[in-house]
Amino acid sequence: MTIEELQDIGKIEKEKQEGFKYRIHVCVAAGCLSSQSGLVKEALEKEVARRGLESWALVKGVGCLGLCTAGPMVAIEPDGLLYQGVSVSDASDILEALGGPPVNRLDCSAHLPFFARQKKIVLENCGRIDPESIEDYVAEGGYGGLYSALRTMTPAGVIEQITKSGLRGRGGAGFPTGLKWTAVSKTKSNVKFVICNADEGDPGAFMDRSVLESDPHRVLEGMAIAGLAVGANYGFVYVRAEYPLAVKRIRTAIARAERLGVLGRNIFNTTFSFDVTVRLGAGAFVCGEETALIASIEGRRGSPRPRPPFPSELGLWGYPTLINNVETFANVPPIIRKGGAWFASIGTEKSKGTKVFALAGRVNNTGLIEAPMGTTLREIVFDVGGGIIGDRKFKAILTGGPSGGCIPDQFLDMSMDYESLAQVGAIMGSGGLIVMDDSSCMVDVAKFFIEFCMSESCGKCVPCRVGTVQIYNLLKRITEGGGKPSDIQLLEELCDLVKNTSLCGLGQTAPNPVLSTMRYFMDEYKAHIEDKVCPAGTCHMNPTEESQ
Amino acid sequence: MRYPAFLQRIADRADVQPVRILTFSINGQAVSAREDETILSVARENGISIPTLCHLDGLSERGACRLCIVEIKGSPKLSPSCVTLPRQDMEVITNSDRVLDYRRKILELLFTERNHICSVCVSNGHCDLQALTTELGMTHVHYDYLHTRHAVDASHERFSVDHNRCVLCQRCIRVCEEIEGAHTWDVMGRGYLSKVITDLNQPWGESTSCTGCGKCVQVCPTGALSEKGKSVAEMTKRRQFLPYLKLMRGDESR
Repeated sequence: MTIEELQDIGKIEKEKQEGFKYRIHVCVAAGCLSSQSGLVKEALEKEVARRGLESWALVKGVGCLGLCTAGPMVAIEPDGLLYQGVSVSDASDILEALGGPPVNRLDCSAHLPFFARQKKIVLENCGRIDPESIEDYVAEGGYGGLYSALRTMTPAGVIEQITKSGLRGRGGAGFPTGLKWTAVSKTKSNVKFVICNADEGDPGAFMDRSVLESDPHRVLEGMAIAGLAVGANYGFVYVRAEYPLAVKRIRTAIARAERLGVLGRNIFNTTFSFDVTVRLGAGAFVCGEETALIASIEGRRGSPRPRPPFPSELGLWGYPTLINNVETFANVPPIIRKGGAWFASIGTEKSKGTKVFALAGRVNNTGLIEAPMGTTLREIVFDVGGGIIGDRKFKAILTGGPSGGCIPDQFLDMSMDYESLAQVGAIMGSGGLIVMDDSSCMVDVAKFFIEFCMSESCGKCVPCRVGTVQIYNLLKRITEGGGKPSDIQLLEELCDLVKNTSLCGLGQTAPNPVLSTMRYFMDEYKAHIEDKVCPAGTCHMNPTEESQ
Repeated sequence: MRYPAFLQRIADRADVQPVRILTFSINGQAVSAREDETILSVARENGISIPTLCHLDGLSERGACRLCIVEIKGSPKLSPSCVTLPRQDMEVITNSDRVLDYRRKILELLFTERNHICSVCVSNGHCDLQALTTELGMTHVHYDYLHTRHAVDASHERFSVDHNRCVLCQRCIRVCEEIEGAHTWDVMGRGYLSKVITDLNQPWGESTSCTGCGKCVQVCPTGALSEKGKSVAEMTKRRQFLPYLKLMRGDESR
């Protein structure tokens, strides 16, 4: 494989697709598939065949179009039309309308602000290319970054670009990616590993799944570039077994990339080899923690070990290992193609680039979005998200899932970046955003997330194993009307203990939802405990004698 | 420096190729240590006591009980001394109010989790957990008792396991895997539902991998693992072999 051959593949694919007057893109990511977009695609194909338009209109399955709430989504190119809520019976109307006025009842233009406020880097190909076709990815400049990294740059040069870009880990903690790569590249070893962490376990988060389902080659290219930079020849994608479609697409992508010679032995006819293997997680949230993830890949029980030593020194099977999140790797190819300085020009001073968010909860437009760092919460909730369902009152937004915090409305104009979020007691997390309105009880929310952490704790260290149960029991008692005034202090004490003494990130961040709701919504706790009333009306208060 | 192969084998031996020695302080007391020694072992060598539960000389470290946490000046985080290596000029504090308070609370949490009523326990008076309460000054528990219920497995001909007394320190698992080489014990379940099991959660008596050596019983800090035929307070653990664990494990795995 030479660059000319690669460009030819892209050119031929592009010409082939542009030969069609109309290209009908049907979303075939998990969100739309679950509302029967597979059948819609079939119906459209049949309709095209029935009308004998095979050489005129192309029906193509593409990755996530973003607006999951309005699925199944269909896009008509090159007109740029977008249809929402398409069903099988709409197929003939859609084809009828090609070249004429659009089908009004399916029109999606009311949602335009949803798309207008976004900036896409990671998701640039989502909804445009067929995730199962490597040619489609190549036509969009895919694997060009790997080629230039291999042929025109040194490993140190690649790391320099990543460092210059200011990219920070998108898994949640925001560790500078350049530093991590440098650490792994400096550790001397003949064998090194690159691991892609796709064990996305936060309730309400689906960014990594969508990227793997919509643009798997981007992640593979990022991993190969990382392998080249740090000196690793083996990669693992650790993905949850609950994401069968993502697993299937990444496996297909690996096979196609190997056949094309952009992965596997002697990539682009150089001495560099990079093999990628998929490993499935067995549904443990804690396996998103890097040392637990490594244990799981090794075939052991997925429980974390104390750090240091960090995986960059002592990782998979004792070898230096680079672990990055799906989104981090997905950012790498564009950085290599366009340069670190380009990436660094986007975002805020300390948080560069864009962030993909899974917007969920009580907003009108739920779905997958990507916005530059520094976008305010208000823009995300009210412009992109289209406001609260039923025009109810915004109450709080939870970032970072069970490890994150609830941010109240006084911080709506705060910029979304790693530092600002940490300041208000939340974290960026992997990018799950759950919007809550005045029908949500914040004590109940805290209880939900601590229950999640309680059952997902691996049970190794005492504070996390027992402390989370104690916190959960207190919150349960409070929401059932049995809370005592002294419970507040006990909660604070337990949260502080679990946060400061737990072994791994799961325990250290588990009290965050409780702490942040106590910080901003103490009046609700007091109402539950003192007045035995749930202000939002969601808790079934049933005061027992014991509490009086 | 690299030597010819026959010399390299000698050079790789730790006693010939000495590791770096560094100096740091524990509670203001200046101490010296090999760079590969943990803070815990240096402290103990110097007569400074740090409470531990999951740690046992000769077994691999878990860092799980969190009782050996210490403060390191300049770091907001608390570090488990059993797995933290010292750095030159590091200032370690093992007995600050903050650390003592956390340790006592962690111990309290352990007491709330399962049934640790000493007066009816075979290990009463010979129990590491019980001894920790005096050491840490824990007089009462101010959290609610959870008292998760577990079955007792007395199917083994010589030993029995009472999961209600277990603190999940994993000493039995490690001694069985690392010293005896049988790997009969392991953990199942997650969080507060986790439990040590023999083989694939079969009754201990039916375990085909168990050699009946009884090391697990002797290293167990509480009355969870005991010899049969012992009544209240009669289960004294015979740990005479413990100093040899380190020898048995050999050099490389320290």
